[in-house]
Amino acid sequence: MALSTPASIGGATARSYTEGLTRKGSDVRGRVVEGALISTLAFSLLILLVLLVDLVRRAWPVLSDRPGAFLGGGLNSSDASRAGVWQGMRGTVTLAIIVVLVAVPLGIACAVYLEEYAGRSRFAKWTRINVRNLAGVPSIVYGLLGLAIFVKALDGINGNGRTVIAGGLALSALVLPIVIITASEALRAVPRGIREGALGVGATQWETIRSHVLPSAAPGILTGTMLSLARAAGEAAPVLLVGAITGLLRTGDQGVIDQLSGPFTAMPVVIFAYARQPGDDFREITAAASIVLLVLVLAMNGFAIWLRNRYERKW
Amino acid sequence: MNESGDQMDSVNEITDLDVAPAVTGLQQHLVVGSANASPGAVTVFQTTDLAVYYGDFRAVRDVDLDIRQHEITALIGPSGCGKSTVLRCFDRMNDLIDGARVEGEVRYHGVDLYGPEVDPVEVRRRIGMVFQKPNPFPKSIYDNLAFGPRLNGVKKKAELDEVVESSLRRAALWDEVKDRLKESAMGLSGGQQQRLCIARCVAVKPEVILMDEPCSALDPIATARIEDLMQEIKQEYTIVIVTHNMQQAARVSDRTAFFTTEVNPESDRRTGVLIEYNATPKIFSNPDDERTEQYVTGRFG
Repeated sequence: MALSTPASIGGATARSYTEGLTRKGSDVRGRVVEGALISTLAFSLLILLVLLVDLVRRAWPVLSDRPGAFLGGGLNSSDASRAGVWQGMRGTVTLAIIVVLVAVPLGIACAVYLEEYAGRSRFAKWTRINVRNLAGVPSIVYGLLGLAIFVKALDGINGNGRTVIAGGLALSALVLPIVIITASEALRAVPRGIREGALGVGATQWETIRSHVLPSAAPGILTGTMLSLARAAGEAAPVLLVGAITGLLRTGDQGVIDQLSGPFTAMPVVIFAYARQPGDDFREITAAASIVLLVLVLAMNGFAIWLRNRYERKW
Repeated sequence: MNESGDQMDSVNEITDLDVAPAVTGLQQHLVVGSANASPGAVTVFQTTDLAVYYGDFRAVRDVDLDIRQHEITALIGPSGCGKSTVLRCFDRMNDLIDGARVEGEVRYHGVDLYGPEVDPVEVRRRIGMVFQKPNPFPKSIYDNLAFGPRLNGVKKKAELDEVVESSLRRAALWDEVKDRLKESAMGLSGGQQQRLCIARCVAVKPEVILMDEPCSALDPIATARIEDLMQEIKQEYTIVIVTHNMQQAARVSDRTAFFTTEVNPESDRRTGVLIEYNATPKIFSNPDDERTEQYVTGRFG
């Protein structure tokens, strides 16, 4: 064909190139596949959009009429006009702080050991597989764990184990595998050259990890941490099992110690409590509380994305 | 290869210069020079029957090399011939690879580098390494250079400033970066990054600098700068360089070791072997082994 004699470009040969390169008919099958893919995407987005619009529409009376009273009001499942989410938000923030203090350092330490020290031993492989499995364990199982271990242990200490601390510990156990996995991935993504460079000038393994590997992995670790926090903030089952309050909760102005050792509640539990009440007014309250939780979780995820973009490194 | 005459002169010059041994810390060379060592030269490394395994795969075998002080020794050969593996034995970098195992001996001024009492961290403080891909830390230029000295206990700012400047000058980088020492090293060009890595290596005052294809990621101009730099600093250091580039080996090195792969008939896997170790001009003009000649003239590999 013409292709075998590229030297003779001109006249007839040039025309055959033009013919050879011209599109022949339209790619129907390709178009159909593309169209199908776009419609599945549109369908998924539509469901989310409907959910969100419906939620906002129903929540609107509460959020527009008395936003301050709603955000600042306590848990009240008998009088919809006085129901609020303040205790739930405070509980969720306290739970998040406990998770940050417990699960994050523990998880990072586990990941550093698994990635940097354990190598390819059989024990390490086995542990990695099981950590992945643990990440898939349903949250209610962690609630049972919290009830069986943390509540019992705290019962022994101050007589009432059904506290925000037990809830925080149960949630920490829940997100620990996620923290370990994301931190491991962040550590693994640190280029080998960084480690070799540090070891090459005579750093010990720990000096290398502390001065170079951990700082380089920090953005990834932070992102994973924020995502696991968002997960913890949205979980209802473990906190419910550990004993979060769904009825009237009288907490007011006690000190920090009393808050930590007394009864507590959390945002998902508050939503659950309101959703169980009959009546349209509680429908509105439920929707409004859901929006508050959504905004909380979205804010955490947004912060995670911001952190990642801000500190992302290019090798 | 046209330069072989010059190379020969410089080899003689260097061997004459280096009669005075300047060995620090470790023992004087207890090693008796092997067949290809000329009298008077200090042997820095001596390997005997060196073989390296990755798991049950033997990457390289039967390596007997004498690396001499204040010389540039080039390790050349086709891909997979084990030259980088051998290089990484000299500063125990193979320790970092899971399943890597070293047989035979590597002696550094007579001390068995793989002896049970030897601390690999101490080895790496004396024997620096420059890698194939420039690997600056994602930190400032200053911190890249100060990291090593700080590990060694240098804390005073004035002293650190001194080391940073002198190392950058050594690596011919000072004039280009002196006004932006606090900026990230990742912003430097590839050639500058590699010179930064050389400076970082020099900053801990090693005796030996190992270079693993230091120019393979660089353009010809940056490569020429690194080669010039090697010639300048070899008065103070001993350099071992792995290179894929035969012209580079011919240009910069005093001695060249040629490796190739041989197929093991039992396992059908390839193992690197040292074929010939000679003065560079000889390797490139009149090698002892036919396979060396075929390789350097481009007929295989």
